[in-house]
Amino acid sequence: MTGMNPLLEARDVIVEFPVKGWRRPPFRALKGVSLTIDPGETLGLVGESGSGKTTLGRAILGLAPVTGGDIRFAGRTVSGLGKRERRALSKDIQVVFQDPYTSLNPAMTVGDILTEPLLVAGTSRADAERRVRGLLDEVHLPADTAHRLPREFSGGQRQRLAIARALSRDPKLIVCDEPVSALDLSTQARVLDLFIEIQERTGVAYLFVTHDLSVVRHISHRVAVMYRGEIVEDGDAGVVTSAPAHPYTQRLLLAAPVPDPARQAQRRAERHRFLAEQAV
Amino acid sequence: MSVPNEPNPAHGPSEPVAPRAGVLRRLLRDPLAVAALAYVAIVVVASVLAPLLTSQSPTASKIADALLPMGDGHPLGTDGVGRDVLAQLLHGGRTSLTGALIVVAVSLAVGLPAGIAAGYYRGWFDGVAGWLSNLVMALPAIIVLLVVLAQWGRSTGLAMAVFGLLIAPGIFRLIRASVVAVREELYVDAARVSGLGDARIMRRHILPVVVAPTVIQVSQLLGIAIVLQAGLEFLGLGSENQASWGGMLNDAFANIYSAPRLLLWPSLAIVLTVTAFSLIGNALRDALGVGGTAVHVRSRAEAAPSGPVVAASPSPAGEADESDEADVLLAVEDLHVAYPRPDGSQAVVVKGASLSVRKGEILGLVGESGSGKSQTAFSVLGLLPPLARTSAARMEFGGRDLRGLSPAAMNRLRGKRIGYIPQEPMSNLDPSFRVGNQLVEPMRHHLGLSRNAARTRALDLLERVGVADPERVFASYPHQISGGMAQRVLIAGAMSCDPELLIADEPTTALDVTVQAEVLDLIRELQAERGMGVILVTHDFGVVADLCDTVAVMQTGRIVETAPAARLFAEPQHEYTRMLLASTLDDCEPRAARSHPVQNLGGTR
Repeated sequence: MTGMNPLLEARDVIVEFPVKGWRRPPFRALKGVSLTIDPGETLGLVGESGSGKTTLGRAILGLAPVTGGDIRFAGRTVSGLGKRERRALSKDIQVVFQDPYTSLNPAMTVGDILTEPLLVAGTSRADAERRVRGLLDEVHLPADTAHRLPREFSGGQRQRLAIARALSRDPKLIVCDEPVSALDLSTQARVLDLFIEIQERTGVAYLFVTHDLSVVRHISHRVAVMYRGEIVEDGDAGVVTSAPAHPYTQRLLLAAPVPDPARQAQRRAERHRFLAEQAV
Repeated sequence: MSVPNEPNPAHGPSEPVAPRAGVLRRLLRDPLAVAALAYVAIVVVASVLAPLLTSQSPTASKIADALLPMGDGHPLGTDGVGRDVLAQLLHGGRTSLTGALIVVAVSLAVGLPAGIAAGYYRGWFDGVAGWLSNLVMALPAIIVLLVVLAQWGRSTGLAMAVFGLLIAPGIFRLIRASVVAVREELYVDAARVSGLGDARIMRRHILPVVVAPTVIQVSQLLGIAIVLQAGLEFLGLGSENQASWGGMLNDAFANIYSAPRLLLWPSLAIVLTVTAFSLIGNALRDALGVGGTAVHVRSRAEAAPSGPVVAASPSPAGEADESDEADVLLAVEDLHVAYPRPDGSQAVVVKGASLSVRKGEILGLVGESGSGKSQTAFSVLGLLPPLARTSAARMEFGGRDLRGLSPAAMNRLRGKRIGYIPQEPMSNLDPSFRVGNQLVEPMRHHLGLSRNAARTRALDLLERVGVADPERVFASYPHQISGGMAQRVLIAGAMSCDPELLIADEPTTALDVTVQAEVLDLIRELQAERGMGVILVTHDFGVVADLCDTVAVMQTGRIVETAPAARLFAEPQHEYTRMLLASTLDDCEPRAARSHPVQNLGGTR
């Protein structure tokens, strides 16, 4: 890592959710997670369902309660901020969610969805509308999109709209929560390329949460692997996704099928050998 | 009621058509709704203009004029104490509508904000408000009203205000439930991350969602209020010196033998008005229910038995096929599946697909969403929705023509000779039955096994599919087992009758990658062990490479390329296949090797 100050720094973050029932101990979704993200960098966060990867993203966004440790953004602690201060942070930290079908309000036009964050920030309507035209162009959607409803768009286009909304106030960090896993293969590749293109132009940093090692390899500079609420391995994306050190990451990698029958047969054999060794 | 518009001076005439604009149009297309609306409009106008429509006073009684028939000066006659019936009817409408509006206003004023706050913030306010609403709901409304009226004197307005309070919990609960549902939506989270304050989120994102159920509830409430009010007035508890429909009934009852016609007018007014509100409520529900809601999921075919596949053209009999017909398990030629559109045209989702599966062969059916791959598989299972129109030049399974097969015959085939593994393991297990029960029933039905024999076989199967503790899983409910375990259970179920053909529809898409690898291993082993033919529907080329012998690539309803797996990956022929394979990310260089983080372009500090 470089010697400069990280953009985001999470230190021993603990997130607990209350469990229903009298005096039941809370569920600990994150058990002391630490990570850093540099400006302009993509940190891939990989894990399976229930690993806590989404919870970490939500904790950074202020949508999940941080019960221990702290999260610093540009040197300032942002976990446990009051509502007003948290709102001020919305300029810098944004989000793109997994499900493009529920992350856009079905009753609002695209124009209203995209201008809303700008209007809240005090931009005039004329400026906001001008900005939205620029944003739509940035995500390669036609300008007349603004007058239409989200349901008129395909999954990939909706995800582009969600990206445009996230970009509207020039954030420094975007938390991307499985943004391409609901998309078709070819759409997925194009949306990932859009993410990369935007990053190279604007220098925004991404926390890219996903379960897919090949996606994370494609978009990330560094990768952190989560397992049961802890980060078990992190490092250079090329290394972690091809020669992982931790047994869990190895298992994850060997389980992901390769789109090539011969190589997949090989990987399968390797996986069986690996599991047999682990079992001993 | 309409969506509360926030003042937005900058919104010019170019304001896009709001999605709700269609509601009124849909409402006006319903003849019952139009009639009801027209009637209510007449009642409202007549009540408002009552003093202009009749010169008679509704309360001035003249004993000399008691019980006059219809005629001069009194178009509807007079009642038992000589009051003009028409005037009473018109002014009584005023009382009724005012009372109903008081009920609605009070219950909305209390229930709406409380419901939104409780649903949005949850926490202690939700607890307290919920407790209070339960308490109020437990109170017998009519007794509370009698007590209040006894204490503070006869007043229709007061009675209606109290009734509004008593009925507010209904509104509260409805609103709270809608808000709880919508606050889990990602767009509310997105709004929060965008820096919107709570008040704005409620107004912009939550209020519009609760408008529809509230409007429907309010129209029902109006009817209820009018009935209750008439009841109180009939008992003589309404305001004194105020004409009312209930009061008219009271008087008519006293004179039921001398002038039964007096009952007619107030009864008619009450019944028609209440019915009209009720009809408007129903029509609104229909009109709002269709639009307004988000189309969340790409519409997915419901699995329900459909009509038989129709023969499209006579199969080319006698024509020798170049392939060896003997071990062909399933042969489909020129399959078409279409759905009628509302405008009478047809949406064709499968356009002439042909495929064949040999014994012991795994055929991968690959494509993106909307390519028709699941529709093709479902048509073999005979599980397309009833609306689907299916035709094929040939559809043979094990030498038997599937076209025109009766639902009963198809049912005997399904499960027994053709097994099926669905995409969503959890939604394919009935949550109200134990896992074991769901395994045993089909076996008893198809194989005629006794309960005990079926149980033993189910436990064996569970063990075979790698369930560590078969007894425990057998006795569990679906929610007690994991997704991977549920998929194993469904595989065990598909295997239970030793099918010759297995159709797996995205069997691992909902699973984690490590679980997916295990399930793929399991399908491979079972296939090898039993020599089944398998159709594997998937969008994942990794899964195809892992499992399939032959691959058919589908694009917008057509099979564009069929080839042995090794050849398809090595030398894809069709442009679309090449594009799909190029979109897989597995072989690309890691980003770290291509570029380094862009630093400080955004001016971070």
